[in-house]
Amino acid sequence: MGRKAISIFAFLTVFCLATPMMAQDEHADHSNDSTHSAVVDSHSEAHHASDASAHEEGEEEFNAAEVIMHHIADSHEFHAWGEGENGFTLPLPIILWTDAGLVTFLSSEFHHDDAAHHVVEKKSQRFVKYHDKIYYASETANEHGAYVSYDEEHHPTNIKPLDFSITKNVFSMLLSVVLILLIMIPAGSSYKKNGGIPKGVAGFIEPLVLFVRDDIARPNIGEERYKKFLPYLLTVFFFIWLNNLIGLVPVFPFSSNLTGNIAVTFTLAFMTLLITNFSANKGYWKHIFLPHVPLWLYPIMIPVEVIGILSKPFALMIRLFANISAGHIIILSLTALIFIFKSLWISPVSVFFVLFMNFIELLVAALQAYIFTLLSALFIGLAHVEEEHH
Amino acid sequence: MGTITGIAAIGAGLAVIGAGMGIGRIGGSAMDAIARQPEAASKIQTNMIIAAALVEGAALFAVVVSLLVA
Repeated sequence: MGRKAISIFAFLTVFCLATPMMAQDEHADHSNDSTHSAVVDSHSEAHHASDASAHEEGEEEFNAAEVIMHHIADSHEFHAWGEGENGFTLPLPIILWTDAGLVTFLSSEFHHDDAAHHVVEKKSQRFVKYHDKIYYASETANEHGAYVSYDEEHHPTNIKPLDFSITKNVFSMLLSVVLILLIMIPAGSSYKKNGGIPKGVAGFIEPLVLFVRDDIARPNIGEERYKKFLPYLLTVFFFIWLNNLIGLVPVFPFSSNLTGNIAVTFTLAFMTLLITNFSANKGYWKHIFLPHVPLWLYPIMIPVEVIGILSKPFALMIRLFANISAGHIIILSLTALIFIFKSLWISPVSVFFVLFMNFIELLVAALQAYIFTLLSALFIGLAHVEEEHH
Repeated sequence: MGTITGIAAIGAGLAVIGAGMGIGRIGGSAMDAIARQPEAASKIQTNMIIAAALVEGAALFAVVVSLLVA
């Protein structure tokens, strides 16, 4: 007891108080800076106008849903801390394939504009950024000063160039690849150095690899075939796990929501779909197109089985996406409580629940990587139907 | 707009009821099983977590649909 308990208590108190203090600083900065509403990214121009009038009164409406969606979305710049000129934002390269060929520039050329107000001209083409999408700019600005035209639902009708930019998520993915290589290559080469005995980082990695091999691949795919699929399963397991963990770290080079992005989970699930179907044997296809049922049931059975091919990876995609996104939304909502109540005293509650959710998310991060790998292995195993079962 | 958001919220709530019942049953059965066979506790726990994650996945489908609508 004694000193240790006191130091833990002091740490928690400082932590609880520091969070809203910093938040209030940010708030103050924000209200001074009426041109850059980067945190509360206004959706419509009408909202923008009310925002501006709210600024003049020194009081600002906090829209939790918009802030949360802004934080879990992909972005062309990596916001680290602060607001506007006082903050730090890492500009990321924008790579476009346009009518005049390849166009590259840094996202800082948009000057944090996200409402199509600032036009960037390259190769005699004009671009604007609107809600983190790049459009060809209109000739003239509309009545709100934005170089886009809208349809009835307030979506821009401008044409988009093909966008291959290194966005926040792509940056995070490359970072995770570097991290995985930095962990795995020394782990692998240490076996050669130490004569097959795991030492150092290999001692940490080996149980995980053995877990994937003995508890996921071997029982689900089968003794004879599992070795062929082990590289894929291990890659997917470590990639998803590491990126889930990166998403939980709230400070600058991490914090992106990669595995909570539907495009990323789609790609992962699509790879499982390809591997499942290309490694399938005759029995699997026979099961789908010539099932052992009366002939009149074929018009029902075959479509159902064909949908079954697609629905399994579809479920994989949605499960990972929804679990990670939901986790981020819950943590951000709990943080947003401080701003909704505008009180210092709500912060200990908020910080406690955020901490609690973070621990659950640590479990979920590993669990979702495990589930994705397990189900991939299961589908691969199921696609190899033995003939004698019929 | 307001009605649709409200209905979406009700949908999310219904999904939570379903997931709660599902995870509750899984947890209850796992407790029964562990009480009967304490030596198999770790195996039962792993399978319990897998099943719970699968149920949670189904609930999150509903949450995603609600999010898309609202």
